[in-house]
Amino acid sequence: MRRVYMDGNATTPLLPEVMEAMRPYWMEHFGNASSIHLHGQQAHTAVNRARETMAEFFGCREAEVVFNSGGTEGDNTAIFGLLHPGDHFITTSIEHSAILEAAKRLARNNIETTFVAPEPSGLIDPMDIRRAIRPETRLISVMLANNETGVLQPVEAIGKIAAETGIFFHIDAVQGAGKIEFDMRRFGCHLCSISAHKMHGPKGIGAMFVRRGTPVEPLLVGGSHERRQRAGTENVPGIVGLAKAAELAMHSLADGTIDRLATMRNWLEEGILQMYGTGVNGARDGDQPVPRVANTTNIWFDQLEGEALVIALDLKGVSISGGSACHSGATEPSHVLMAMGLDKTRARASLRFSLLKTATGADVDHVLQVVPQAVEHLRALSPVAVGTLG
Amino acid sequence: MNENATIAVAMSGGVDSSAVAAMLAHEGDAVVGLTLQLWDQTRLAGKHGIPDAPKAGRCCSLDDVYDARRVAEHLGIPYYVVNQQDRFEQDVVRPFVSEYLAGRTPIPCSLCNNHLKFDQLLQTARSIGADRIATGHYAVNEFDPNRDFGRGRWILKRPADLAKDQTYFLFGLTQAQLARTLFPLGHLTKPEVREVARKRGLALAEKPDSQEICFIPGGDYKQFLTAYLEEQGERAPETAGELVASNGEVLGRHEAISNFTVGQRKGLGVSSPSPLYVLNIDPASHRVTVGADAELATRSLRARQLNWISIPELTAPMRVRAKIRHRHEPAWATLAPAGPDEVIVTFDEPQRAVTPGQSAVFYDGVEVVGGGWII
Repeated sequence: MRRVYMDGNATTPLLPEVMEAMRPYWMEHFGNASSIHLHGQQAHTAVNRARETMAEFFGCREAEVVFNSGGTEGDNTAIFGLLHPGDHFITTSIEHSAILEAAKRLARNNIETTFVAPEPSGLIDPMDIRRAIRPETRLISVMLANNETGVLQPVEAIGKIAAETGIFFHIDAVQGAGKIEFDMRRFGCHLCSISAHKMHGPKGIGAMFVRRGTPVEPLLVGGSHERRQRAGTENVPGIVGLAKAAELAMHSLADGTIDRLATMRNWLEEGILQMYGTGVNGARDGDQPVPRVANTTNIWFDQLEGEALVIALDLKGVSISGGSACHSGATEPSHVLMAMGLDKTRARASLRFSLLKTATGADVDHVLQVVPQAVEHLRALSPVAVGTLG
Repeated sequence: MNENATIAVAMSGGVDSSAVAAMLAHEGDAVVGLTLQLWDQTRLAGKHGIPDAPKAGRCCSLDDVYDARRVAEHLGIPYYVVNQQDRFEQDVVRPFVSEYLAGRTPIPCSLCNNHLKFDQLLQTARSIGADRIATGHYAVNEFDPNRDFGRGRWILKRPADLAKDQTYFLFGLTQAQLARTLFPLGHLTKPEVREVARKRGLALAEKPDSQEICFIPGGDYKQFLTAYLEEQGERAPETAGELVASNGEVLGRHEAISNFTVGQRKGLGVSSPSPLYVLNIDPASHRVTVGADAELATRSLRARQLNWISIPELTAPMRVRAKIRHRHEPAWATLAPAGPDEVIVTFDEPQRAVTPGQSAVFYDGVEVVGGGWII
């Protein structure tokens, strides 16, 4: 059975170049980057070279790159490293759980959070961020691209507000990394978190841009690694893999691969929208298209239980996802779509297709063959089928 | 893969359903494991005395989902957790709460079987391309082509292991549901099932059986009622009233009819030289009648919301054995129609503690004739 993976926003496979770049650092150049001998120096050189690449990737200084374990650590560091009792924190209701759950914990320390809701289009209005600011607001955290809709948030406008008001600004850029060009100065942020495995790098490694002078306290303390900003022996193979993935991502943005990906996504989207009772979540604001990353589309299917479609498609060889998995692995209606104003039924009937940059036309063809069949089958059985259209 | 042959196994993370998955996978059937996520065990944890950390051994506890997933991985079958929390709350938890508040003693397992385990599970199974489901219930399900003038009928029978008989909770199954359901454990005893689990290398072969109501951690339904109503922002209706003897003498007062169930002895709040039991709960007057053990015996009962399995419908009186609670030994009785969707059951010998809200299930030998809800 042909298998097509269209869940790139969950994770991505390593590219062969990444695997190759990492290979010597498991057994041959296995040194601890803190050691003074040759083995240590080889590792240290590899980490510094990777830092150079990441500085180019972020558009920042090398000293502003901190390697960590990934997006969750970056998000947590921004929040717990900057906020003190009595501070106020602004974020949005469509963030990843690494932000939302951390914000929940803040309440214990007398730190209040304002969750700004998106427009029905999925966009955060920067004016809503501005309106939420109080004298004690210390940090704003907004994601670059939403993981479920792919909608790109107006981070530059929010960065300007942060600069005007002297508030720290963190961007959770996990879903934007490798999909749009980065420039930390243009984004106007103090902190920015990314994860390697969303852009064909290895799992368990990530990096954070920390603008010089930002007084963020480390989450982990111990050795003096990463200029005392993140203790723990460097994950050298991971760091090398991340840098290789970032380098390849920059190429993909420059050589038109990402534009081709957008074309492929649009083709998939148009194909699915041929079916009656379907629509895209977060594509339009009135009649204006909303900016999205190239690989993502979130589609609702009338008269359908999304969870059943995900399972049915998996059994037919197509990997996609809908909603977010709860602790047991069951699907909860997406908090992002609910925040955009979709009702529970529509949120449950929505699925995310997120293409890999290695996707081929044949992959899209296959999905366009399998999905309509599965949808028709489900609708024919569905008790929701007596419901109304639209 | 031949889709018609795919079987969805309802996996709870217990030994029984795990053994079913192992047996079917071993026989070469295309098997898909499904677990219904029915209730979030952390939802009311820590409120009104409900334990903080739910123990394993209940449906939807994280440990059980973990166990089910491990079994599926071991067998190499696809496995999915399906979220049915909304439907469970609407069709099982809500009615459970209302029944108690109305002075009856509900059985959530039968409601769950009717609405979730069979109706919803079959629906989910068919939508993912499986035409049949298999569960770890101890019951036998056979098609008899000679019934109904040769049209044939699906018959539900008591299992080989009578100590594990679960037919009492399955009386609501329709012919359409039975036609698509497999009970592979019907001919095995529990020790044999554990042996199957061991033989197939399942790590949970020795896992203890679960007994309690799955969504009530700690097993105290009163705590659950209080915590649930509070969460919903509702107040329990005022049902305080008199506690009276069977001769009408007022013995004291009670705080709510939902604190009582017919046959209950403890927690009555009155002292008496001989043990007293709840005989009757009157939801209209809120009066709870208590009396001696002997007074608990009743000769007849009425049941409604009937479902017939071995017969198309009851048209004339029929000799059956009737079971009125899970741990009740079926007793000889005569079943007679008593109006639309209602029967009257007259026992040969008076039966102890007939409890409104429980079901009455009728047997002809090992066959389940049908059943209904005691009013």
